[in-house]
Amino acid sequence: MPEMNMVGAINDALRHEMRKDPRVLVMGEDVGKVGGVFRVTQGLFEEFGEDRVIDTPLSEGGIIGTAIGMALYGLVPVPEIQFADFIYPAFDQIVSELAKMRYRSGGEYASKIVIRSPVGGGIRGGHYHSQSPEALFIHTAGLKVVCPSNPYDAKGLLLASIRDPDPVLFFEPKRVYRAAKGDVPEGDYTVELGKAAVTRPGKHVTVIAWGAMLYEALAAADEAAKQGVECEVLDLRTLWPVDIDAIVASVKKTGRVVVVHEAPKTCGFGAELVALINEKAFVHLEAPPIRVAGFDTPFPYSLEMEYLPLAHRILPAVLDTARF
Amino acid sequence: MDTAVVSETDPDVMLFRVLRDDGTADPGVDHGMTDAVALRAYFEMRRLRALDARMILLQRQGRVGFYGAATGQEAVPIASGLALAKQDWVFPALREQSVMLVRGYPLRDYIGQVFGNAADNLKGRQPPSHQAGKAVHQVSWSPVIGPQIPQAVGAAMAMRMAKRRPHEIAVGYCGDGATSQPDFHAAMNFAGVFKAPVVIICQNNHWSISVPTAKQTASRTIAIKARAYGMPGVRVDGNDVLAVYKVLRDAFACARSGGGPTFVEAVTYRMGAHTTSDDPKLYRSDSEVEAWAKKDPIDRLRRYLEARGLMDDARDTKLEADASAEIVSIIREVEELAAPSLASMFDDVYAELPWNLREQKAALESGPRAPKH
Ligand SMILES: Cc1ncc(C[n+]2csc(CCOP(=O)(O)OP(=O)(O)O)c2C)c(N)n1
Ligand SMILES: [Mg+2]
Repeated sequence: MPEMNMVGAINDALRHEMRKDPRVLVMGEDVGKVGGVFRVTQGLFEEFGEDRVIDTPLSEGGIIGTAIGMALYGLVPVPEIQFADFIYPAFDQIVSELAKMRYRSGGEYASKIVIRSPVGGGIRGGHYHSQSPEALFIHTAGLKVVCPSNPYDAKGLLLASIRDPDPVLFFEPKRVYRAAKGDVPEGDYTVELGKAAVTRPGKHVTVIAWGAMLYEALAAADEAAKQGVECEVLDLRTLWPVDIDAIVASVKKTGRVVVVHEAPKTCGFGAELVALINEKAFVHLEAPPIRVAGFDTPFPYSLEMEYLPLAHRILPAVLDTARF
Repeated sequence: MDTAVVSETDPDVMLFRVLRDDGTADPGVDHGMTDAVALRAYFEMRRLRALDARMILLQRQGRVGFYGAATGQEAVPIASGLALAKQDWVFPALREQSVMLVRGYPLRDYIGQVFGNAADNLKGRQPPSHQAGKAVHQVSWSPVIGPQIPQAVGAAMAMRMAKRRPHEIAVGYCGDGATSQPDFHAAMNFAGVFKAPVVIICQNNHWSISVPTAKQTASRTIAIKARAYGMPGVRVDGNDVLAVYKVLRDAFACARSGGGPTFVEAVTYRMGAHTTSDDPKLYRSDSEVEAWAKKDPIDRLRRYLEARGLMDDARDTKLEADASAEIVSIIREVEELAAPSLASMFDDVYAELPWNLREQKAALESGPRAPKH
């Protein structure tokens, strides 16, 4: 099995599916000749040509709107939004149109597209190259939301997303695009949507994370272990529909939960997770669930490392929860 | 508008120029740039180029996080700064921050923004190349492509209602790529419908990162789009500072006197990478870049000044050396200043801190510090 980083694994998944399924195409700003600003679509233009690797004009609303139209006609577009921070010009197309097409047409029309977009901070990008807008789309009925943390999952989840009947927002944690490496099988395989992974088993505290923050959760878990606290680290992988069974199973075991995410705390996905845990596992809780999240401010530039919920902030939360 | 002197006869593609290839000004055009203003333009363009070069160097050395340069496109921001009146408002995009330097914003504060530390009036909230300043009416911009254009129109609509004296106008800038965004079209439409005292200036630098303008629009030119919105569209040689100055002065005067909006397409070229995150060798040829290097706006102005006996090697070398020395000394002074305080992260989200931010601020201040980048 070749070792790949996230960029390579996602590229491999796109290439694989485009070879297999002539309906699949890639579109977006700079995705063609240069292969995207993060090079995720590198080489696809050369192999599949300009009809299937489309450099679009600079309009996110145009990209998603036309992708929806192509999907209605029977294609399977995988548009790229260059940074998730630039998804808002397409918000109307995603929220009012893409998410509701099947429902409002009584099931007659489905618009199946997979929107790929890099998310997250830690690259000195400032507010407009760092946001994590997953909660907005989880809140929108009709959309699935995925965020892999490693190359194996990235390829398997992307293939599953492209083959899934529903529209998917596929968020790629850019901070670990090249840093996260691992063995990736050649050829076909999928990672089922809606299934979390137990990345590190443990019995004292459940730590729920995804994307780049998974590594911070693992680092905090290493430190906590030195102090006798064993964390069970859950990588959600699919944010919606979330793997509620895996969460409840872990909480039953530990009775203590820390949720980690980069997005601002208020109305972040952590709020929903904590509410779900209260609803479904309240009697098993030994301590109030805790959120370690971005602050309720825009994403700052100079202070970004202080803003992010990195291991140094996760560890005290884990220890507090364990000792509650 | 009396900018009728053109290099081509087809009205759709005609390009207004003043400077001819030999460096002399077309005698048939009353370009209105005095020698004093021309020298000032030369100084500002040279200084801007030196500043951009220095910052790109610092970025390569890891001392600056990111940088977006205006190299090759200096004529538009500098001519704009010279042609605007003090009371006018500026809504820039990535290549036009320097308008504020021409309008009196201190270079030290401008450079301070790049370092995002105690020298940054914007408190380290934005990456480099995002300067803004209320004192010179230059509005804060985001790197999201498009939103500033309708904002410029709205400010101009408000100015029209306020009828202050002296009359105010607004200018909104964008790139060729931005003309694909709905915000561009909304701005053009509103400007036309409300006869706003606004000038919308598109720097067509031929590229939007790796996408050439031909893939951005099927219009023959960008200026032609103005016609559909019921306003004049002018296509000007964006590397000819005399021509840009002339076109902008006319457009600004028109807006100021109640004549309504103008749309200006400045035809230019992005000589460097899109930003320090980009590698243009992947998508464009050296020969294209070399061809545009021959049309460099600073070289062209220098030839003009030389022909008028206003510039020579000695003066030019001194000018360059002085500009570089000033830049280097400011960098030396501001680079190592302290980062913004932790507490400052929570300021300005709301006018006053609500309870959640007060709690979060206290938790951050009493908690452990983050590792360095
Ligand atoms: C809404 C949005 N989409 C995408 C981007 C990424 N991006 C930054 S600059 C740029 C190209 C801009 O081209 P143009 O408008 O011609 O301006 P130029 O950089 O050439 O001056 C793109 C696609 C962005 N900043 N905002
Ligand atoms: Mg451009």
